[in-house]
Amino acid sequence: MKPINRLTSTAVPLPIADIDTDQIIPARFLKAITREGFGENFFRDWRFHKNDEPIQDFVLNNPIYSGEILIAGRNFGCGSSREHAAWALADYGFRVVVSSFFADIFKGNAMNNGILPITVSEDFLHRCFETIEAQPNAPFSINLEKNLFINESTGESTTFEIDDYKKTCLLNGYDDLDFLLSLEQDISAFEKRQVIY
Amino acid sequence: MKKTLFDKIWDSHVVREIPSGREVLYIDRHFIHEVTSPQAFDGLKRRGIGLRHVSKTTATADHNVPTINQHLPIKEAQSREQVAKLYANCEEFGVELYGLGHEKQGIVHVIGPELGLTKPGMTIVCGDSHTSTHGAFGCIAFGIGTSQVEQVMATNCLILARPKTMRITINGRLGKNVFAKDIILYIISKLTAAGGTGYFVEYAGEAIRSLSMEARMTICNMSIEMGARGGMIAPDQTTIDYLLNTPNAPKSEEAIAFWRSLKTDEGATFDKEYEFEAADITPMITYGTNPGMGIKITAEVPNLPNSEKSLNYMGLQAGEQLLGKQVNYVFIGSCTNSRIEDLRLVADYVKGKQKADNVTAFVVPGSKQVERQAQVEGLDKILAAAGFELREPGCSACLGMNEDKIPSGEYCVSTSNRNFEGRQGPGARTFLASPLTAAATAIAGHIVDVSLIEN
Ligand code: SF4
Repeated sequence: MKPINRLTSTAVPLPIADIDTDQIIPARFLKAITREGFGENFFRDWRFHKNDEPIQDFVLNNPIYSGEILIAGRNFGCGSSREHAAWALADYGFRVVVSSFFADIFKGNAMNNGILPITVSEDFLHRCFETIEAQPNAPFSINLEKNLFINESTGESTTFEIDDYKKTCLLNGYDDLDFLLSLEQDISAFEKRQVIY
Repeated sequence: MKKTLFDKIWDSHVVREIPSGREVLYIDRHFIHEVTSPQAFDGLKRRGIGLRHVSKTTATADHNVPTINQHLPIKEAQSREQVAKLYANCEEFGVELYGLGHEKQGIVHVIGPELGLTKPGMTIVCGDSHTSTHGAFGCIAFGIGTSQVEQVMATNCLILARPKTMRITINGRLGKNVFAKDIILYIISKLTAAGGTGYFVEYAGEAIRSLSMEARMTICNMSIEMGARGGMIAPDQTTIDYLLNTPNAPKSEEAIAFWRSLKTDEGATFDKEYEFEAADITPMITYGTNPGMGIKITAEVPNLPNSEKSLNYMGLQAGEQLLGKQVNYVFIGSCTNSRIEDLRLVADYVKGKQKADNVTAFVVPGSKQVERQAQVEGLDKILAAAGFELREPGCSACLGMNEDKIPSGEYCVSTSNRNFEGRQGPGARTFLASPLTAAATAIAGHIVDVSLIEN
């Protein structure tokens, strides 16, 4: 997993609520047996017509927007637990996703893949969208160590919550499995005392 | 300390705490399928390790399989490869596999319960959000991502933050032709698609207690559609009777006594509580592109802020009535409503009737066991005589991944759980409803109010 701490980048705005993982990566693209290449089909049906022509007015097809930060409407990543959504997001080139609310499973999947999900207030989110609307190349910064998200053009910043364990993982690029494998003794002890019917 | 059922089961599975407050939770049972497991098996191979307990793992092929001619090779190359990969991985790692053609094959959330692999008091996971279904048996069951699938394979553990608890109580008795599906669509319409996020839900109250296990599974299944990690219902005599009829559940006095003990203590507090009256619930249907966009089937499409994109996709207008709307596709299946009880209900209604000419109706049993039972009871003949097609088990048109899809622009009354854009195929427009509403729509050729049906 790639570590993440500080980053400054322009952002891509997606001011739509309740974006579900079926939109992020439609089911028909889940047939792959490796983790690679999902970026190509990221938001496939919002990006392309059926004949594979790009849908011009979708934000990802608009060259004025780019960057490693995706800023999306409330309840991002709801629906299916498919981790492919996080893989697609990362493969497409995003490292950070900002919203006023994340669906649980998506949030966990993102962090397990080195993507930082940042939850901000509805107001802050709204102002980010306004900033980008006025200035599409407006820069935003994150500082994970300090739990800070900064709208550089307005100077406005906000702190975000992330639990210490996950923060350490992201800062260092560790994943849960490394840690779990180190707990062999605890797990064996648990199994000895557990009664199951 | 008074405890909720959720807290009791969670506490008894904590291997240890870790400094930030997260906990290492032990997982008793792991279900896997072809779509979310290949990358996890690859991870194990890269690390050169195996499964900690193959005996706690069960695999089936369900998402990416055809539902006709399952005895023939899968036509589509990528699907065939993905299923073959599952078989090869199970063989290599020694995992019990119910592949196509196996007498126990079926949708992962249908087979676990019917085989008695899902038991009260357990922790159960699967790389699939509808793992919440298993909570109907009074266990903690939830969906996980592929990285976590790998973690459970390797260690039977996950590192988790403890969710908050919510109780939803449904008082009183359900009206005529109102089903579990209507209850859960009603709840989600009240709480919205995000209303349960961060919570684990316990369903309680007279209306819930009166439900069969199949119906309880329908409710727990859709907990995820309001954002909740899972749903659960305390075990009772209904649960025990069901389990005693399954091949794998223990039949001992101790086991039964333990199951009976699993309930929320009187006076225990939840982080959030909701209460609804069963009498207020009538047949429901969704009109939009998330499961929270549900209405009474007799109501008009509401005029809500920000629903324009959704209504455009659905080809609907605010103020319009869905009742009477022509529908050309009806899908009865998915882990929400593909159990024997659902098929009985549908067959009972369509017996001696004919589907409307404009409708393509297909019924996809949740498992081989359901399919066999339907044949034993002659439901297959009744459905065929009414013009419904009875397919072989799988996820089918629930998710637009396998061969079964609803054509672009067409409406489908579906008993599945998601009405997202493109969920049933690119451009497909989904109305979620109960199996009876689906069956009655197929017969009429348009959406009907089943509360008016005379039985
Ligand atoms: S039936 Fe649908 S919701 Fe259920 S497991 Fe299959 S794809 Fe998922």
